[in-house]
Amino acid sequence: MAADVHNKKVAWETQNGSLAPVGKLRAERSDSPTPGLVEGTEPGAGQDDAMFVHTRSFEDLTADGEEGEDTDPSGPASGLGTPLGDREQPEAEPVGPEEEQAPEAPAGGRAEEEDVTSEAWRGRRKHVFVLSEAGKPIYSRYGTEEALSSTMGVMMALVSFVEAGKNVIRSIHADGYKVVFLRKSPLVLVGVAHTRQSERELTRELLYIYYQIVSLLTLTQLNHIFQRKQNYDLRRLLAGSEHLTDNLLKLLDRDPGLLLCAVSCLPLPSSTRDVISSSLQAAKSKSLVFSILLAGNQLVTLVRKKDQYLHHMDLHLLFNLVGSSSSFREGEGWTPICLPKFNTAGFFHAHISYLEPASDLCLILVSTDREDFFNLSDCKQRFLERLRRRSAYPALQEATRSPSYPVSQVGIPELRHFVYKSKSSGLYTSPELPAPYQTEEEQERLMGLYQYLHSRVHHTTRPLRSIYHCGERENLLAWVTSGFELYLCFSPLGTKAQAVMAINKLLKWIRKEEDRLFILSPQTY
Amino acid sequence: MALRELKVCLLGDTGVGKSSIVWRFVEDSFDPNINPTIGASFMTKTVQYQNELHKFLIWDTAGQERFRALAPMYYRGSAAAIIVYDITKEESFQTLKNWVKELRQHGPPNIVVAIAGNKCDLTDAREVPEKEAKDYADSIHAIFVETSAKNAININELFIEISQRIPVTDPSMGAAGKGFKLRRQASESRRSCC
Repeated sequence: MAADVHNKKVAWETQNGSLAPVGKLRAERSDSPTPGLVEGTEPGAGQDDAMFVHTRSFEDLTADGEEGEDTDPSGPASGLGTPLGDREQPEAEPVGPEEEQAPEAPAGGRAEEEDVTSEAWRGRRKHVFVLSEAGKPIYSRYGTEEALSSTMGVMMALVSFVEAGKNVIRSIHADGYKVVFLRKSPLVLVGVAHTRQSERELTRELLYIYYQIVSLLTLTQLNHIFQRKQNYDLRRLLAGSEHLTDNLLKLLDRDPGLLLCAVSCLPLPSSTRDVISSSLQAAKSKSLVFSILLAGNQLVTLVRKKDQYLHHMDLHLLFNLVGSSSSFREGEGWTPICLPKFNTAGFFHAHISYLEPASDLCLILVSTDREDFFNLSDCKQRFLERLRRRSAYPALQEATRSPSYPVSQVGIPELRHFVYKSKSSGLYTSPELPAPYQTEEEQERLMGLYQYLHSRVHHTTRPLRSIYHCGERENLLAWVTSGFELYLCFSPLGTKAQAVMAINKLLKWIRKEEDRLFILSPQTY
Repeated sequence: MALRELKVCLLGDTGVGKSSIVWRFVEDSFDPNINPTIGASFMTKTVQYQNELHKFLIWDTAGQERFRALAPMYYRGSAAAIIVYDITKEESFQTLKNWVKELRQHGPPNIVVAIAGNKCDLTDAREVPEKEAKDYADSIHAIFVETSAKNAININELFIEISQRIPVTDPSMGAAGKGFKLRRQASESRRSCC
């Protein structure tokens, strides 16, 4: 099944769907990028080799979540390089800001105790439920699982009823709600949302939750448990991990990286980054597979074993693990973790520690040997010593103090915000959120708009290459080529002509800054 | 001054305060909203004991069931195990008894066992009487203290008692430098990939 889906990729997503792109020489890089750029030469493209498993598209990622895809996407292959004027006209349906506003329950902490019969509970924008095939509750985003056991029973009944007719239930659309089902034996995941996201995007989010659970237990163990005892209460084994899933759902609502299947880098002079990478490269150990240095939710550098690629989804799970647990703040953490996109059957062992207690810099050393803690601890010390000796440390600390940049640096007055992803490197860059989008609700609203554009651009049957969208509070433009994806947010007073002009200017700026914003020369041990 | 490395691991149910005890001992800090430990966490602290320096190498393990199979990796080769229960949760005291049994069967023969009844500041909610726990500890020749990581009660005392109980240095041991290694388990239940 999955293989069929791969074959039906839209034409511009092209050929070798796996691993690294063809190596590109520096000389081939264009100085004034045009939207028709070839993949591998766009601003931010890696020079020789990619860091990640090369899922260049959203389609690759969703493929294994969508079993039984029966629609044949016909891509606008002939349209490559057509002038901007031909793009899709403004959307007729305005994105109503009103509908996004649901009664919000107090933020912070786990809203476990929420009354599942209350209006506030019903009014939540997005519910996520995980249950076993026996219909036993495993996770609910809001409200306790116990209180929802009958609801989950109904969900399972729906799934089984449709399956009895040799069919698969994928979604129910009613009254502005989408109920999306994802069947990943031995689990069933259900999302209930009244957002503008497409069914497919919701499925992809459920897939993230599924992989989050697999990363804690491995699929092998999960299967084994339910084979032995069908009505096992999986919450026993997942106890203490609910905040990981909660946090992942929050990231899915707010972090463009998870939407774009990409990772953002801490802006850093390339000379500093090179020193850090080579220090990390030198601090190797036999069992090491990946060394990852994070600053908050941004990547500083990643060094990997030759021929081993990390999938960005696995990297997002690592980001989430570190970002949602204060327990790594002190001492050195040592934990088994399954990276499901790498291998669902086994555990890696991760050494996780902050470079300094109060700093945002967190080092993750991923090893294959569970007895190797002290070797890895030693690697960390060697890395730190080398970093200090070569005086890159102050520069790195300085950079973590301003982990982003204001959009004004680009010099386009109407431009409020943008997200640019280089497809071949799997990295993206985005400025800090400006004034109207700084509250959590506004941030999620903007992300909702990007999500909407993303789902239009990546529509299964009618994908677009560009879309201009006039809203009440902002105008947006999305532009996708074989090399990059770009989402721009303009002030509502801006015009379409200005927006179009902005693309070239922005691309030139990104090209100029690419050394700082991207990791152009990834390292291996 | 002679430096001795003492490997200590903390065991016990989830949420009883193992990490809080370690944080109080190592950093003298307390965070009421700390997340559950994931896997295990390693910390060290050196204290003076009589005319020796004792460097505690502390493995703070996660109490959740999914990490249970990893515990032997940490208690093997430990000089001492601190088993923690929550005085306001009877259930955590039962778990403690299982840990004692496991250590007896699979742990190193001379391991010093210390029992810590944490959260002793919450006397109103007490479920485990001090006497019951004390009697149990005596019956297995374990150190017993009631502690409060929150109010810093008996935390340092707990580690001092461990220092006292540890057999006197074998001079050949001190030269070994990096004292111990996490050894492979006899029967591996999980396999790593690659």
